[in-house]
Order: sequence, then C-alpha cells, then structure tokens
Amino acid sequence: MADELVLLDFWPSPFGMRVRIALAEKGIKHEYREEDLRNKSALLLQMNPVHKKIPVLIHNGKPVCESLIQVQYIDEVWHDQAPLLPSDPYQRAIARFWADFVDKKIYDHGTKIWRTKGEEQEAGKKEFIECLKLLEGELGDKPYFGGENFGFLDVVLVPFYSWFHAYEKCGNFSIEAECPKLIAWAKRCLQKESVSKSLPDQEKVYGFVLQLKKVFGIE
Amino acid sequence: MAEIHVMISSCERNVGIATAIRRKPVLANFTSKLQQTMADEDEVKLFGMWASPYSRRVELALKLKGIPFQYVEEDLSSKSCLLLKYNPVHQKIPVLVHNGKPIAESLVIMEYIDETWTNNPILPQDPYDRAMARFWAKFIDEKLLMTARKVSFASGKEKEQVIDEITEQLKLLESELQGKEYFSGPSIGYLDIVASVLVFWFGNVQEALGVDMFTQEKFPIIFGWIGKVFEIDAVKECRIPKEKHLEYIRTRLEALKSASK
Repeated sequence: MADELVLLDFWPSPFGMRVRIALAEKGIKHEYREEDLRNKSALLLQMNPVHKKIPVLIHNGKPVCESLIQVQYIDEVWHDQAPLLPSDPYQRAIARFWADFVDKKIYDHGTKIWRTKGEEQEAGKKEFIECLKLLEGELGDKPYFGGENFGFLDVVLVPFYSWFHAYEKCGNFSIEAECPKLIAWAKRCLQKESVSKSLPDQEKVYGFVLQLKKVFGIE
Repeated sequence: MAEIHVMISSCERNVGIATAIRRKPVLANFTSKLQQTMADEDEVKLFGMWASPYSRRVELALKLKGIPFQYVEEDLSSKSCLLLKYNPVHQKIPVLVHNGKPIAESLVIMEYIDETWTNNPILPQDPYDRAMARFWAKFIDEKLLMTARKVSFASGKEKEQVIDEITEQLKLLESELQGKEYFSGPSIGYLDIVASVLVFWFGNVQEALGVDMFTQEKFPIIFGWIGKVFEIDAVKECRIPKEKHLEYIRTRLEALKSASK
C-alpha cells in the first residue's frame, strides 16, 4: 500500500520548515498544502482540534501534530534513510534537550524583537543573542550539531535562520557580529538541497513581518 | 561504557576457557561477580525536590523499571554547586546523572531512561502511538500545568476564566482515557507517568487554593484512573506527603502575595 502523506503548513513558519526539511532529507514524497491562517481549513481544524495550528502531518489519514514530535515520527518511520537522531541514548538526550531549549527560547525572544519596541525590544535582543551563544557553545567545532552529519538539532534550529534578516532589520543589530560561528553553520546547512528548498527567502520573510507589524499596529 | 565492553569481552574469553576446562562453579561465581560489578558501576543519581511533580515523575519511571538510584534532595532556595554544574542552562531539577553524565528536562530524562534500560518499556513500540503519547505529554506540561499555575495569581472573573480553561483541558485529556485501563493502554506507561501530576499534585494545589473544580463528579474517568494508579507500589512510594505539601503550597502563596504588594 502506497503511503499517503499530506503536510498542512504555512510558508513562513519555522516549525513547518522543520518538517519540510526532514521529509526532504529522507526523500519522502508528500503533498504540501498551504494554509491561510486567517481562514483555517476544515481539514486543519479536524486534524488538530486541540491546538488548531500548523504544521500538521497526515500519514495515511492519521494526524501527527507538533513539529518536534513530527520530526521524530518521520525519523522513526523512515529510519533507514538519512537518520536524524543519533543512535546513542545519551547523544539523543543531548539533542532532545537542546531542541527543547530552542523551542522554549528562540521563537519567543525572536518575536519580542519584531513585535515590541524600546526596553522590551532591547531585552528581547539581549536574551536572543545569549541563547544563540549558548547554542554556538554546543556546536563547538563540529560542522553540524549532529557532528559530521546533519541531524535532528540542525533541522530544529536552521529554520530560524530565515527569520534572522527580519530580526536584524527590526532590532537594528547584526546577528553575525555576535554569533559568527552560528551564521557559518547556517550557511553550511543551506548548501544542502533539503534545507535550501525548505527555507523561504529572507527578504520575503522580512516583508511578511512588516505586514504583521502593520496588522498589530507596531511601527 | 568502554570499561564495561572490555569486561564483557574479557568475560566472553573466560567463558570459552571455562567451558573448555569445565569449571562450571567457577564460571557461575565469575558471572555473578561481573554482574554485581556492572550494577555497582552503573551509578544513577537523581537531583530532585520532594514537592516537584517533574521530579516525582522521574522517580516513578526509575522505580517502575527497578533501576537503583541515589536520590539527592535539592533546596531550591540555595541550589547546590553540583546542580548548577550539571544543569548550567536552566539550573533546575530534576537532573539525572548517569555515570557522571547529566540529563535535564523530565520528558527528555524519561526517554533516556526508556532507551537505556530496555526492560519494562514505558513508551509504546509503534511510532504513531509514540507520537500520540508525546503529544499528550506536551499538552499536560505546556497547556494544563501552565494554565493551572495561573490560578494562584488570578482572582474574581479572571480566576473563573482560568478555571474554565483548566476544566476544558482536563476534559480533553480525559477523552484520551476512554475505553482504556491506563493512558498507555492495558498497563502503566510514559503518559501515565507524565499524568501522575494529577495524582500527586493537582488535588493538593486545589485544596490549598480553596478551589473545587477537580472532582470525581466532573471527571469520573480520570478519578477512576487515579484509583487504579494508586494501587501500584511504585506510585505509592512516590506519593507527595499531603499535609507537608499543603503547608508548602500555602507558604509559597503567602510569599508570592507579599512579594507582589
């Protein structure tokens, strides 16, 4: 029986990008469906009634929600191709720990940068950079967070790179000046087709953020 | 781990030799000594806090798997140097230290425990069932518990709204128990362990706050599950002492209220 896979997604979502990258890394055929978040489809509401959010991965009619869970699911089902999580339990725990860290910190601090002004924005920038520096420390001298090979934590973090230009313009600062190793890592990831095809253009994301700022009444 | 591999290879060589010279009693003695040495060498420490449901769930996972461990009680008002060394990023409990290597975040710790000690698996084997277990665990931690915390700070209409939100979330969670003995199916597993916060913590917090929303009448299926879960020895051992807990919550609330004045 052929596998039927549908991904409900929204193009600028870093969480959606994670799933796109994982599917591309493993060469998994799937149908991509763009959602309009102001007018969510009946399918989205049916498949994710609890959170009503994208991304939703529908595998043979059964939904999997939450991007970290989706990436692990993809890794476990299609375990023979391009494994993302390491095989050693301790290394897996480290990867999961930092993935959890990215989820708890990066998105919220990044949002503060474009969505607020003044002191709150400055605090957001400071915390954001501190978190990136911690991640840089975890990367060390490795080419990828996964070591020699692109892995789970790389998939989890690299989508946020597509938002860096927007953060920099809104916050009037340079992420590369603060975290050059991380930028070098992101550019290395972008050389992979699975990543370059899954991440939108940074200018396009910035344009989207400017629209959001108008909607929220932020100058 | 390298030392254990060397010992195993040496054991295998010795098995060959022992069989050749038929010294069975000597082999049996050697094997049991090797097993004892390996158990002794497997050092598991849990840095926890008696009132933390996150800490209790890791204890429960270790006990259900029969893993011997040393428990280290942390004073959260004066965190130990070891805790700060083992969890510099968040500086929180629980932290599991296995043979000197630290793991933090209770859900990450539980997956590590399941992958390292493969007896009595707590996560399901099927990837879809695993995804569902992880989804509801995340729901408990990121929705239910976060909403529950707001009750302490809310009053009046806002408090009513928060209680409505928790009720709705508990109803969603309860639907996961429909037709099952435990969240994990016919026997206790990962999601039951995560949901043990309902067993250990929820009722006490509610009582301390004088809120009456988590009742058998409103959530008969969850309460049925709580009754079943409490029959398990490991769960009884991990129970947070009620009176001590009530006093602790009340003291913390007072401190929070005076800090906000």
